Amino acid sequence: MLLILLLLIADVSFVSASEFQAALQKPEIRAAFRLTLVTCTLAALLSVWVATPLGYLLSRFSFPARGMIDVLVDIPIVLPPLVLGLSLLILFHQPFPLSRSMTMAPSNSATAVNHSEGQDSQQPGDQSTREAAGEHPGWILETWLRKDLGFPVTYQWPAVVLAQFAVSCAFAIRTMRVTFDQISPRAEDVARTLGCSRSQAFLQVALPQAWKGVLTAFTISWARALGEFGPILVFAGATRFRTEVLSTSVFLELSVGQLDAAVAVSLMMVAMAVLVLLILRGLGTGLSP
Amino acid sequence: MIELQNVTLRIGNWQIRNLSFAVRGGEYAVLMGRTGVGKTSILESICGLRRVVSGRILIKTVDVTSWSPADRKVGYMPQDLALFPTMTVRQHLEFAPRIHGVAGKIIRERISQLAELLEISPLLDRGIRGLSGGESQRVALGRALAAEPLVLLLDEPLSALDETTRVAAQKLLKRLNQEMGIAVLHITHSREEAAALADTCLELDVVQDSRQAVIRSMSLR
Repeated sequence: MLLILLLLIADVSFVSASEFQAALQKPEIRAAFRLTLVTCTLAALLSVWVATPLGYLLSRFSFPARGMIDVLVDIPIVLPPLVLGLSLLILFHQPFPLSRSMTMAPSNSATAVNHSEGQDSQQPGDQSTREAAGEHPGWILETWLRKDLGFPVTYQWPAVVLAQFAVSCAFAIRTMRVTFDQISPRAEDVARTLGCSRSQAFLQVALPQAWKGVLTAFTISWARALGEFGPILVFAGATRFRTEVLSTSVFLELSVGQLDAAVAVSLMMVAMAVLVLLILRGLGTGLSP
Repeated sequence: MIELQNVTLRIGNWQIRNLSFAVRGGEYAVLMGRTGVGKTSILESICGLRRVVSGRILIKTVDVTSWSPADRKVGYMPQDLALFPTMTVRQHLEFAPRIHGVAGKIIRERISQLAELLEISPLLDRGIRGLSGGESQRVALGRALAAEPLVLLLDEPLSALDETTRVAAQKLLKRLNQEMGIAVLHITHSREEAAALADTCLELDVVQDSRQAVIRSMSLR
């Protein structure tokens, strides 16, 4: 606790109020702040949307794959962040298994990729490089998203959301599971005898009781997304005004020797983290309704 | 109205084997037996909340053994009442008719009649927090009856009530049974309660030196 206090005091005493204000007035920092708010909120909403039914499933049902799902859910928590980012990058640029043989057929020769953007042309598994070498790389997720849906992900803002979601969702699932563990299933049983299907019992009886848990899961996911750095750097890059969020701002400011701005952004993140902790405290330590 | 034919239930390493009994339409049956012998499991299997290993469960002569709880038209009142903490008393009573898609006007009429019958009209817009034991018990009973069930299963519904409230609740249950002609299976440990309510009294007992339970009719006299 003393160490944390000393760290905060050191940070606060490092920058003057005017330096702090000047750093936060920079357009790139303001853009990063806006993007941080948007991406953290989207990642947290997505996490809660996935975690609520999955947490309920893990809490209420016994099935053979439950242990495996439990382990899979924890993997993003224990995995080194850079590895997670690298895995996301590979997922989006690696040809899918079995798809290579299918695209070898002459009718599927139209698998060219738009590689006009400099950064994208150097991504692992790049399709154009392989095609130039006479290979048919197969079905690639990023190519499909970019060409067919017009929704590129890698090195764009959706990559920031996905990188944040990959980690924060695990925390949301844990929170939702604990929430449903603390809610007695008896009321849902009674609801089923009154005519509800399992999904109706979940939506009308269990979910309204779990509202505090949902808010807590959202807040924890949001806070976790705020602190995410490694996967964002690898999967989304740190391009100013495009994929820069506050955590990458600290890195970028440090890398150009702007220590004042880096500390100012750090303090802003500390303030946001404190706010999140206060909200969590306000929701109460217990997750039961 | 309720009939169990050679039903076998597994409860952990314990079994209730070849259980058979029937409760006729309009009959008030009381099920007694020692704690942990499997009385609640029998009610849960009739509701469809517990799977039976073998045998058949019939409600109004229809085999419902493989039916989901939602389709059985059973009113179930568990021992802990299991009220919905986020709902008002009115929402409890409206719950089943709303799920079944009953028209709003009919729901309002049904709720009004039920609330009057159960003497909970002044409580309709209250949440369930702060209700007394007797009030909670009547809300749970109303919630089960609002679904217009074919049978009513009550798991120690009066155990948490004081003497005065219990006597009033007993009269209410008997009146509902007689006025609505609904078959009731009621679990209790109290012989007095059984004597006051039962047309038929059943006792679930353990076969000596075995992990099996059997059921037999018992006389309260």
